[in-house]
This record gives sequence, structure tokens and C-alpha cells, in this order.
Amino acid sequence: MVGIASYGAYIPLYRLSRQEMSQAWGIPGIPGERAVANADEDSITMGVAAGLECLAGVDPASVDALYFATTTAPYAEKQSASVIAAALDLRPDIFTADFTDSLRSATVALRAAHDALESGSAKSVLVVAADNRPAEPETMWEQILGDGAGAVLLSKDGAATVRGFQSVTSEVIGPWRRSADRYVRAFEPRVETQYGYMASMVTAAKAVAEKEGVGPKDIAKAVLSAGDPRSHGTLARQLGLEMPQLQDTGFLLLGNTGTPQVLMMLAAALDTAKAGDRLLVANYGDGADAFLVEVSDGFSAVPGKRTLQTYLLTKRMLPNYSAYAGFRHLMERERYVPKSSPVIYWRDSKMELALYGARCRKCGTVQYPPPRVCVECATKDELDSVKLARKGTVFTFTLDHLVGGAYLNIPVPRVVADLEGGGRIFLEMTDCDPTEVKIGMLVELTLRCLHEGAAFHNYYWKCQPIRGG
Amino acid sequence: MGGIRDRVAIVGVGCTKFGEIWEKDQEDLLVEAVYEALDDAGLTPQDIEAGWVGVMYPFTGMSGATLVEPMKLYGKPVTRVENFCASGMDAFRNACFAVAAGVYDIVLACGVEKLMDQGASGLPIEPPHPVLGIASAPGLFAMAAARAFHEWGWTKEDLARVAIKNHKNGAAHPKAHFRRPVSMEDVLSAPMIAWPLGRFDCCAVSDGAAAIVITRPEIAKDTKHKDDYVVVKANALAIHSSQPMYRPAYDWLGFPATRDAARMAYDEAGIKDPRQEISFAEVHDCFTSTELFNLGDLGFCEPKEANAFVRDGLADVEGDIPINPSGGLNCFGHPIGATGCRMLYEVTKQLQGRADGHQVKDPRLGLAHNLGGPGSVCSVTILGMRD
Repeated sequence: MVGIASYGAYIPLYRLSRQEMSQAWGIPGIPGERAVANADEDSITMGVAAGLECLAGVDPASVDALYFATTTAPYAEKQSASVIAAALDLRPDIFTADFTDSLRSATVALRAAHDALESGSAKSVLVVAADNRPAEPETMWEQILGDGAGAVLLSKDGAATVRGFQSVTSEVIGPWRRSADRYVRAFEPRVETQYGYMASMVTAAKAVAEKEGVGPKDIAKAVLSAGDPRSHGTLARQLGLEMPQLQDTGFLLLGNTGTPQVLMMLAAALDTAKAGDRLLVANYGDGADAFLVEVSDGFSAVPGKRTLQTYLLTKRMLPNYSAYAGFRHLMERERYVPKSSPVIYWRDSKMELALYGARCRKCGTVQYPPPRVCVECATKDELDSVKLARKGTVFTFTLDHLVGGAYLNIPVPRVVADLEGGGRIFLEMTDCDPTEVKIGMLVELTLRCLHEGAAFHNYYWKCQPIRGG
Repeated sequence: MGGIRDRVAIVGVGCTKFGEIWEKDQEDLLVEAVYEALDDAGLTPQDIEAGWVGVMYPFTGMSGATLVEPMKLYGKPVTRVENFCASGMDAFRNACFAVAAGVYDIVLACGVEKLMDQGASGLPIEPPHPVLGIASAPGLFAMAAARAFHEWGWTKEDLARVAIKNHKNGAAHPKAHFRRPVSMEDVLSAPMIAWPLGRFDCCAVSDGAAAIVITRPEIAKDTKHKDDYVVVKANALAIHSSQPMYRPAYDWLGFPATRDAARMAYDEAGIKDPRQEISFAEVHDCFTSTELFNLGDLGFCEPKEANAFVRDGLADVEGDIPINPSGGLNCFGHPIGATGCRMLYEVTKQLQGRADGHQVKDPRLGLAHNLGGPGSVCSVTILGMRD
């Protein structure tokens, strides 16, 4: 039986109170707050964060395929999954694919992963989903949407079995974006809710229940994606579910995270699940996918893995709408763009993305970037490739106010860090209050988009204070 | 055959005013500095047999034509030298070797940089790798200062005293970029550039040029400065990593390039105790913290006690070892390629007793220290009067 072997979620550190958005524009406000990806985050970097969480304690070489689901791929032409696979240090001989365009893409990918495992073409498939959907300024979409990522690792012997898939396709113009549109569009939501969301979700969920012979009372938790709390409640009633059975959508504190929402909710449900629990999962977007998850005795928490709740509770509030506008790049402005080269990016990808350094066979020094000649004993070509830890300690730092000859978004903390197990590295610090940077503080590495040199996304590692640490 | 001790003589020096020289370009600046040096030597451009010109940025000049074109030295052998902020003193080093080897009799070492045309704050930086080394120059040096704050208890006030001293010195020098003394309050309240370095901890970004005419001592005896020419007692260059951020064993408490260059220079000059034997020094105070590190690295005091050395007035013009009587980079300015030659200009005039600003009392040996990159390139020169 195919099952979930591991899972993980990621929520950006920053949140904005919807009251700030309401006040900025003089429009009605929804209670609560939403998650906002930092200016250096996108769907790929958030996907990597969720993927790293999911693979905690898992050998990345054991993964046979990576499916990435998003409606906000940073590239229109070029795969995103290949970037994530490189950063997660997956094998090169694996199958990578992007599942895009539909908000249902996460479960489309998950079903494809399930079928690949059933067919025997793979033994272990990682499904990652992430979104940071573009909301038009001065509309309620800014308050409704939120950013985040989720991941599940499916394998032949995963401890939470996945079965009973049922899908529905339905052509309703719900939220959409044409290729040329900058922002998410909507028409009359009531039609979409009734004839799209409700109809597809009920059909798919009921079919699964019938197929698997389970009634509403047999469901420990229902993971039902929803664009808003009212639709969520209405759907639950139609399926005969009680409030305590419903996994929270996160709408109040995160917003509607889009594609990854179902995986983030599933992660939260699994964080508290116990052996024997049955979870009903249903996900909407141009139709619906539904399936059943049954948690077995062998299902246990991985030590050190952060729960969705940890990500939810560790946060920094953005002070105002202007900060959000800056993070979202809503204002055109001249920026310093460093030089770059796709040739260097390709040549250094194992070093830059998978973060490999070198260890000298003669003197044992772990060093980075990996040289031909040892930095300490000058021995030539006697260095072994070594994967560096993604945690370390600040050795020294500065708060740089002078960035590319200009004073923009400053100061930037720049850190020399000693990595666990060896290797010294020079990184920017992100997601922090610069006044809290100290020599000796513990940091973890996080993949971010450093700049847009040579008109491509230059992904590289930064460091941040340890989330929930 | 050993080094170049007593084998090279300085017979003429020139230097433009440093600063925001909007109305002149790099060619104007070089012509001004070179003609001043030639006039000082009593020579003409036709007497120059070869030249070395220190330049860091390609936008200032590429190739030997940087010097040949403005001076119309067509057909002469001239080399452009680049070695980060030590480009100027490395141009001098190469010129010394040519003279000492007997290949030429009269050669010119000069340096120039034209920064203000670039229109940006700070130095323009184009990292060699797209992601590995992005930081401003103050940011790189600030990471060393942060370690000294952590390990040795240095403070913002300790750094400020360097700026106060150097601005006091530079205010008296007609060619310095800044001509105004600063107070502790001025320095501490200035905007932050790269923590812990504030505005007055950072040297000026300046335009300027400087030039040195050299020959062998036996020829110097027949020049205008036959009675007071200056001889090279030592010159040494040391290069360390340009990416010290990645060196696992580096403690960031000072700059190994300075220590190595100083050791070589002291050996060559036969100096056993620099604290007693060096009369004064022009050191590379690109940042106030760098000056404090230099004092330790050059052996003038215990490294961690450099803050006390300055606080107790030992580095003042009237102190035991006056440090940067010119005002240093901090106040005099720092047109990159010119700085090394500017230091030699200053040390030469101090030794000859004709300093433009504060005159150091009875100097015997003067040291010039030119540092480049994130503490990775260092040139040290020791000069003394003729016998």
C-alpha cells in the first residue's frame, strides 16, 4: 500500500494584520492576519523550505521523483522542480515535473505520485507545493491570500496509507489569471461556490467514503481545502461532519495559501494524528480530488521536525502596508543588479544549491568554496567533496548600510558563520531584526533568491535565526 | 644579492590636492602630480626612462597609456599596476626593482584614481562571483572590528579617537580632502555605514594623483636634492586570501598580509625593534579600526592595546610614534591607486623637514603601509635620509 512516509510545511516568518491593509486603502477589513513571503522568497524557495522539513531524517538519495505544484512558478519557461531537486540534493537520475495552473495541482501531483508508486515506476516520490499569489492592490484579495508551502513524501511502505482516490473535473471560471494578467481575477463567487466548489467537493468526497465504506463518524479529521471559512462550513455540513472533525484552513492567521493549502492542512492534521485515525482529504480547483489517509501504528513524529504550529507561532508582524508593498515589489524602482552568468550558475550548482564544500585528506580541514588546493595546507587535488550542514554559529558580522553604492532596504546583516561539522561561510542574514544579530548566535540556512543578475533567478543560501529555536 | 636597501633614492615627489575634484579628470591630475615631482627633482619629462602607474579601477585607466597619454611619453616603457588599494605602492616597488637592477637610471612611479565621476556613495564594487562575496568595503573591514569589540573590548569611542586625531592632523595639511577637525560627538553621532563603522570611521572617497621620481643614490648625488635625497631602506609586499571570510582558521584580529610584509621589511632594513627605531608612520587607515589593527600588526604595540596606544597620545604628532601626520586616508582622502605614492610623498617630505602640514620632530626612519582588499594585500616601505 502506498503511504505517507514523511511530510512538512513552511510558513513565511512575516505576517501583516488585515487591519493595516484595510486602513491603507480605506476598505473593509477581514479579522486576522495573513502570511507574507519576504522579498527574497518565492514559490521555489518556500518549496525548498517545506521540502527540507519533509526530508528531515530522510536520505535524499532515496527519493525517486519530485513533483512540484504551484500556480506561481518563478519561471514561465524553465522547470521549477529541477531547482528544488538541486537544492534538496536529490539524485540527478530522478523524474522531476511541475504541476501548474490549477489551484488543485497539489493533489493532482499527489495522485500522480500515488499512481507512479502503484505502478512500480518509483519507490519514493516527494510532492512539494507552494504559492505566493499576486493580489491586486486596493482589493480584498490582498487580505484573502496568504503565502506558504507544504510537502509530503509518498512511498510504497509509508506509515499513513493513502487510498480511494476519486477525482472530478469541472469547467467553472473561478479565480483565474490569464497569461498576461498581473493579478488574480474573480467574477461572481456565489456561482463558483455553489456549482464549482460545493458540487465537485461533495461528489468526490462522497465517492471516496462510499468506495472505502466509511461514514462521517469514522473520520477523525477532514482536510477540506476552502477559499473562505463560510464555504468550508457549508461543505462540512453537507458531508455530515461536525466542527471538531474539521481541520482548520488557516484562513484567519495565514490567508488562503492556494495550491499548498491542502498539504499544509494535511501536515497540521498529521502533527496531531494517532494510530488508527482516518483522514478524509478533499481539494478543489477546476474540479476536485479526494482520498483517504489511514494512520498506522508505525507512524511517529521525527525528532527535531517542526510542526505547522511552530511555523504558525514563530512570526514577525510587518509594521504597515508599505512594508508589504516593498516585499511584494509593488513599486517599480531602480535597483542595483549584480552581474551574473548562467555558466557560473551551472558550473557551481552542486556547491551553490546542494551546498557542498571539500575536506582535505591531508589536514582534514573542511572548506568552502571547494578549491583545487587546500586553503590550510596547500595540498593539491587531495580534497573530497563533502555536504555542509545547514546550521551554524555566527563568528563575526556587520550590518551593512551601503549596498551596491545605494542605501536601500538597509541595514543588511552579513555574517561569517562556522557550520556544524566544519566549513566557514559568508552569508546574508534574512528574516531577522538586525539589532538582534550577535556573535555566537545560532543560525540555520535558508534558500533565497539573491538577485536577478543576467535576468535569471540567482538562488543561493542565506542564514536566519533558527525558527522556533 | 639581497633586497634593495640603500640602492634606490627618491629625488622628487609630487601630489595633487585630494578631494572632490569635479573640474579635473584623471589625466589632469596625473599631469599635475608628475610635473610637480619632476620640478621637485629638477628634471623634465624627457629624462624619464620608464614608468609604473598604479590604478585600481578600469574606469580610471587601462594600460600604460594611462600615464603615457597625458604626459605624451610616447614610445616609453610604462606598465599599469593593479594590486587592490596597494596599487600605488606596488607601482613604486616595481620601479625600484628596475632602478636597482641598473636597467634604467631615472624612472617614475605614480598613481591616480578618479572616483567622483562614478556618482555612487562608497566604492563601486563588482564581486568576482555572482553569489559568494557580496559586501561593501566598509562591511568587510567592519567584520574584523566586530571581532575586536567582542574579543578585546574595543569600543566606538576607541575608533572615534583615531578619526579625531587624523582629522586634527589633516586639517593642517593644505592638500588633505577634509580640513576640519571633528569632535567625539561628531564621530559618534554620524550615520552608520557598516556596523560598527560610522561615517567618520570610513575614509573619504576622493580623486587625486601622486608621483615619485627615483634613481640610484650615486646618481642622486648629482641632482637638485643631492643633500637631502631620501633612500629606500626596505620594501616588501605580501598577499593573503582575497576571500578571508571563508578561511576556517582566520581570527579576524588584524591582517596577516601586514604582519608578513612588515616582517620582511624590518628584516631588509635591519630593524629589530620597530617601536624604538621607526620615527613615524603613514599607515593605511581606510577605516579607523584598520589603523588600530595596523599598530599591532606593525609591531608598534600589543595588538589588543592599540586602543590605549592612541588614547594615551602615543600616535599624536607630538607622540612617541606619530601615526598619519598627514591625516591619513581617513582625512587626507583615498583615491585608490594614488594612495601608496601619496604616503611616500608624505614620508619623504617629513624626512626632509619640509612637511606641508604638521612637521614631525627629528624623524630618522619613516614607514609607509599600504593595505588592499579585505586585508589581503599589503605593501610596506621604509625610508630614511641619505647618509
